[in-house]
Amino acid sequence: MSGLWILFRRELGQTWGRGGGPVLALTFFACVATLLPLAVGASPARLGSVAPGAAWLALALASLLSLERLFERDFEDGTLDLLALGPAPLEAVALAKGLAQWLANGAPLALLAPVVAVALGAGLSLVPMIFISALIGGLGLSFTGGIGAALSLGSRRGGVLIAVIVLPLFAPPVIFGAGVIDAYASGLDWRPALGFLSAYSLAALALGPLAMAAACRNALS
Amino acid sequence: MFQALANPQRFMAFSRWAAPLLAVIAAGLLSWGLWLSFSAPEDYQQGATVRLMFIHVPAAYMAMFCYACLGAASLMGLVFRHVLADAAARACAPLGAGFTALALITGMLWGRPMWGTWWVWDARVTSVLVLFLFYIGYMALQAAIDDETRATRASGILALVGLINLPIVKFSVDWWNTLHQPASVFRKGGPSLPPEFLWPLGVMALAYMALFGALWLVRIRAEVWRKRAQSLALQAAG
Amino acid sequence: MSMTGLDYAKYAIFIWPAVAVTAAVLAWMVTDSLLRARYWQKKVQALEAERARPGAKPAP
Repeated sequence: MSGLWILFRRELGQTWGRGGGPVLALTFFACVATLLPLAVGASPARLGSVAPGAAWLALALASLLSLERLFERDFEDGTLDLLALGPAPLEAVALAKGLAQWLANGAPLALLAPVVAVALGAGLSLVPMIFISALIGGLGLSFTGGIGAALSLGSRRGGVLIAVIVLPLFAPPVIFGAGVIDAYASGLDWRPALGFLSAYSLAALALGPLAMAAACRNALS
Repeated sequence: MFQALANPQRFMAFSRWAAPLLAVIAAGLLSWGLWLSFSAPEDYQQGATVRLMFIHVPAAYMAMFCYACLGAASLMGLVFRHVLADAAARACAPLGAGFTALALITGMLWGRPMWGTWWVWDARVTSVLVLFLFYIGYMALQAAIDDETRATRASGILALVGLINLPIVKFSVDWWNTLHQPASVFRKGGPSLPPEFLWPLGVMALAYMALFGALWLVRIRAEVWRKRAQSLALQAAG
Repeated sequence: MSMTGLDYAKYAIFIWPAVAVTAAVLAWMVTDSLLRARYWQKKVQALEAERARPGAKPAP
């Protein structure tokens, strides 16, 4: 267990510290949110109706950004080889990486998501729900995205490829995440949607490391 | 049957006559199905456009069936590390993508007269679109990794991830549909098709299936030859 | 939703393109598969003939 903790600390330090940490993803999130009114028009009625959904879409896009370096860094400098030979199974390494990715990128994005949604015209009453859904969904996005990051190791075009692989997989969390807010805003029962979102994230947490480890082994072979 | 065919030489001997046989069956079924489709009476609700169903719905079936085949071949390739399973997975994806594209395009051409719009963000339509994106992602990943075995393994893992994900996508899109579109544009009548429509539909579905079988075998043969050519070229160079 | 009363000609612009697209895609799938198989089969035959040629490097 302590091995896992050390791994997690290391990953967290790398994700948080290097290359500006979450600032880049946060800025990207803000940029997408800025372009939205410019694209669809600034009328409050129109913006307000799409604000929660747009916040979720921007969140999914922003969580793609830091994926490219998730395994690539360790793959290039040989750390991944050492980790594969080490006592901890690669599944544990993948779990640590996914959790660190969630804390260092998903959580800051979840904090920014309500701000963005409110700036776009969502009501203040939605703020807690947006934060919770973005935080829970971010776990699923991190682990699903990690699969794409591990699979594209050693490929000729990392970033775009990860996006093409991962974005179709993001359909369920985006649907459930935006559904929570939508249901909450229109006074419907939001618990089923939040339940589905949590179930998706937990499933990604459980199964994602297996796929990531298999993909890493394949890339190292 | 799989064990017997796992030997590439035996597979080549088998597919040498199986592929043409399936092709002949496909051609026969296709002409029968087309004749049935165009001699079927017009639907009282959909008029002549009911004929679109006979080429659209089988394509949609095949889109899913090919993905199941892709997933099965990928699983075999990953578990047994077998060359032929890898070849089968690689050979399957373009065919599946073709059928899925066909389902989407004919669906649009059917949607225009039926619903008055080219595209409806209906649950089924959206699921098929996501399926199409899965195929594209599979092929993109395969093309982006230089080492071929590694590329096939990586995309095989992606195919399995997709196999787990597709039911979730289907479920989530269905759920989303109830949230956003309470009145579905599809008639939710299960097997209420009258026999004069069921027959052409069934025959056409079997024709597509036989065609896919024949082409799959041909493409696996091409993959086996390609591997052989590559190893021969390596031997000549070394 | 009922569209009764509209004649076949009105629908023909949807039916025939759909049939044509289907025919085109299926034909592409057939020709691409056959050409690919033939190309690699020829390639293998050429390489094997090369190897069998007298004076060629013996196979390892």
